[in-house]
Amino acid sequence: MTKMLVGKVTDIDVKGSRKLQVGDKEIALFKLTSGEVLAVENKCPHKGGVLSEGMVCGSKVHCPLHDWRIDLHSGDVQAPDTGHVTTYEVEVDPDSGHIYLTM
Amino acid sequence: MSAARKKLILVGNGMAGVRAIEHLLKLAPEAYEITIFGSEPHPNYNRIMLSSVLAGGAAMEDIIINDLEWYKSNNINLYTGHTVTSIDTEQRKVTTDKGIEAHYDELVLATGSDPFMLPLPGADKEGVIAFRDIKDCEIMQETSKTHKKALVIGGGLLGLEAARGLLHLGMEVSVVHIHDYIMERQLDEAAAVMLRKELEAQGMKFLLKKQSEAILGKKRVKGLLFADGTVEDTDLIVMAVGIKPNVALARKSGIEVNRGIVVSDYMETNIPGIYAVGECAEHRGIAYGLVAPLYEQGAVLAKKLAGVPTEGYAGSVTSTKLKVSGVDVFSAGRFTEQPGSRSLRYQDEIEGVYKKLVIEDDKLVGAVLFGDTGDGAHLFSMIKNGERIKGKEKELLLGISSDALGASKGNRLEGMADDEIICGCNGVSKGAIAEAIQSGGCTSVGQIKACTKASASCGGCKPLVEGLLQMYAGDNVVTVKEGICGCTTLGRDEIVAEIKRMELKTVKEVMNVLEWSNEEGCPKCRPSLNYYLGMLWPEEYIDEKESRYTNERYHANIQKDGTYSVVPRIYGGVTSPAELIKIAEVAVKFDVPLVKFTGGQRLDLLGVKKEDLPKMWEELDMPSGHAYGKTLRTVKTCVGSTFCRFGTQDAMGMGIRLEKAFERLNAPGKVKLAVSGCPRNCAEATIKDFGVVAIDGGWELHVGGNGGVHVRATDLLCVVKTDDEVLEWASAFLQYYRENAGWNERTAQWVERVGLDSIKQALEDPQERLALVERIQTALSVTTDPWKEIVNTPDLRKNFEQITQPATETV
Repeated sequence: MTKMLVGKVTDIDVKGSRKLQVGDKEIALFKLTSGEVLAVENKCPHKGGVLSEGMVCGSKVHCPLHDWRIDLHSGDVQAPDTGHVTTYEVEVDPDSGHIYLTM
Repeated sequence: MSAARKKLILVGNGMAGVRAIEHLLKLAPEAYEITIFGSEPHPNYNRIMLSSVLAGGAAMEDIIINDLEWYKSNNINLYTGHTVTSIDTEQRKVTTDKGIEAHYDELVLATGSDPFMLPLPGADKEGVIAFRDIKDCEIMQETSKTHKKALVIGGGLLGLEAARGLLHLGMEVSVVHIHDYIMERQLDEAAAVMLRKELEAQGMKFLLKKQSEAILGKKRVKGLLFADGTVEDTDLIVMAVGIKPNVALARKSGIEVNRGIVVSDYMETNIPGIYAVGECAEHRGIAYGLVAPLYEQGAVLAKKLAGVPTEGYAGSVTSTKLKVSGVDVFSAGRFTEQPGSRSLRYQDEIEGVYKKLVIEDDKLVGAVLFGDTGDGAHLFSMIKNGERIKGKEKELLLGISSDALGASKGNRLEGMADDEIICGCNGVSKGAIAEAIQSGGCTSVGQIKACTKASASCGGCKPLVEGLLQMYAGDNVVTVKEGICGCTTLGRDEIVAEIKRMELKTVKEVMNVLEWSNEEGCPKCRPSLNYYLGMLWPEEYIDEKESRYTNERYHANIQKDGTYSVVPRIYGGVTSPAELIKIAEVAVKFDVPLVKFTGGQRLDLLGVKKEDLPKMWEELDMPSGHAYGKTLRTVKTCVGSTFCRFGTQDAMGMGIRLEKAFERLNAPGKVKLAVSGCPRNCAEATIKDFGVVAIDGGWELHVGGNGGVHVRATDLLCVVKTDDEVLEWASAFLQYYRENAGWNERTAQWVERVGLDSIKQALEDPQERLALVERIQTALSVTTDPWKEIVNTPDLRKNFEQITQPATETV
């Protein structure tokens, strides 16, 4: 387990996302309306759609390819589809606004 | 001579005080310079909705009643996070904990109440909270992520709502209650037992007849010890045993205090110029803890301050409704029997329905309803009015079987006086609702709510509002209920009408006011609202890029492997060797794996990495071809009279002119045009949204064609003589489509739905046509080239790049 400094909260737009490459994994970081930052593997379990390009509604992201809906907290694909995306632990330092990713 | 405004200070930024200010602003907007001090860091919010927030039905921002903008636009000085610590009643000034001093002519105390915390040993431990404000909600939500068990002390209204919220958050919840049945202040035993069974079925546990003795644990709560020696393990204790009026400030300022701040029927304290309203006030011996009385008090106070005659406040008969999902409980008035009173009961354990009416001197004085609370508001108004019910007792109790409900409800509503209050939370009368329906044109509950605020708070009066809607609007009641998506029951036309009527200006506002069921909408409604708002308010509305699909957000087409394709604009499909060389050089530089002509005669550079997009656009230095949006795509052309031996008109020239005119146009669907230089129609203009075919001495204009999934040939709209007329009709047609089609509805579907004749008719009137042309020009005048904008704006450009490369830190 490594904890990494990956950026600042201001790097991500509200209801927006940024991606980053860690080793062979592409990670998508999302910022919700509440300001919460969440990280998931940037790959829809359906056809590998790039989740960071999807529309964020509440705490769910809609895959841009075929509109699969994934909960960013749990990584669970929402009904009627099924599946799971790996989620990663994110911490935001409230003072500096630094985002730390643990994986 | 202009009189200086008097200074009014409100201490407490809660529901009661701000409600009084709202009234005052309506009655006497110019009378006071208003300052408000609030201890919480938020603007005014709806505390009664906290249980909905906790139960997941509403977000924090949804329960804000007056946002900061409201204070600003009403010139109110608002100090949030400031607690008033003293009042100098001689000098007429207040001082806050942050050292601010402010003078007043009139002072309103609306300091509310504090939760009553049982003085148990260990009550100061971490994990022991009340259920009173947003902070408490947040603690519960946080705790539920890391801990499992919760205890709620107090089986009253508030305790049960807190418990239901904690269940929703996934915690195991037990309710501790000192009495042998729950909600004993609102329910009799029979109803309380039925309620308990229902809540147990939802997963709630109960520890009745239990007296708490001490809270166990070192730093954080671990358990609760009872007087009988038993211990219950827990990770969180929520105390919901009652509230006490917050009178400390009043008391130390020499204002008369009993249980609450003692006030007259005009909300005056014993000190001249100082008033009290809300949960901190005690009126005729009663300190109320419910919202309706506080609003009634606020209305009286506002009149008093505005110098409007009022009869004063005479106290409130209160009713209670439990806001817990799946359970309907209602009680009002004095529902326990006393000497001299009689009662009627109806109990059906199969259907889970219980009703009880308490009668004294042939008048209804109290009622309890469980399972079917549809009659609650009606019974409540009878209790308040004190009308004689002799001979009607059984009808009141039993005349509400589901069969009779529809028929009898109408009669009762008809008999109701116009000034009778339907919505107690917001003080909306039957007359006001009738007016909203009859002259305001409301045809759904959502519209009535938006128009009058009826049923906008607790929602208990919704059945009555529905009944009134049926009664006044009858056949006009909108029964559609297939909305534009799953988030709303409203259709396209209703939404557009509401946006216009209420001048809604943001997606969030529309969702809030029109009661979206998903707080942030979905990929269906968000882009459509974004489109409608932009279409209606072209000069004001700021496009919400986060409400656009991927392609429109990144201004390129996402492909199945996550790469993008780039289509630079080539007007009319006419290019030059220099332009081709530029495109070719960029394609080589960025290793573009595939170059293809599109169906609309443009060049498509496929397989581009997202990170490369802004750099490519920069090097291309060409406008975006908008090959991705619901917008004008391309204008396909043939060679026309320039080279073709059959050509009768300049097709390329016309195509370029049209493309330049409508470039960047936002539309309900994608829009494709074509211009053919002769009736041989080589540009296939009769399968386009707007097709132009040259004839000898003029142009044929065709509309509503599509070459996609459902092939549709165009209908002939008209024949015109000049090039300018082509532009005029194209503008008018496209604008009429923009204003009337549903989002995502192509012209082909739209023309079939509304019929060509209706479109012809609308465009034939020269005045109307020119008005449409003017409106499309306004819309076009505010567009910009998205590629350039992104290239030149670092904050937009960052989204194309990977976030800062990871740096490892110590764990």
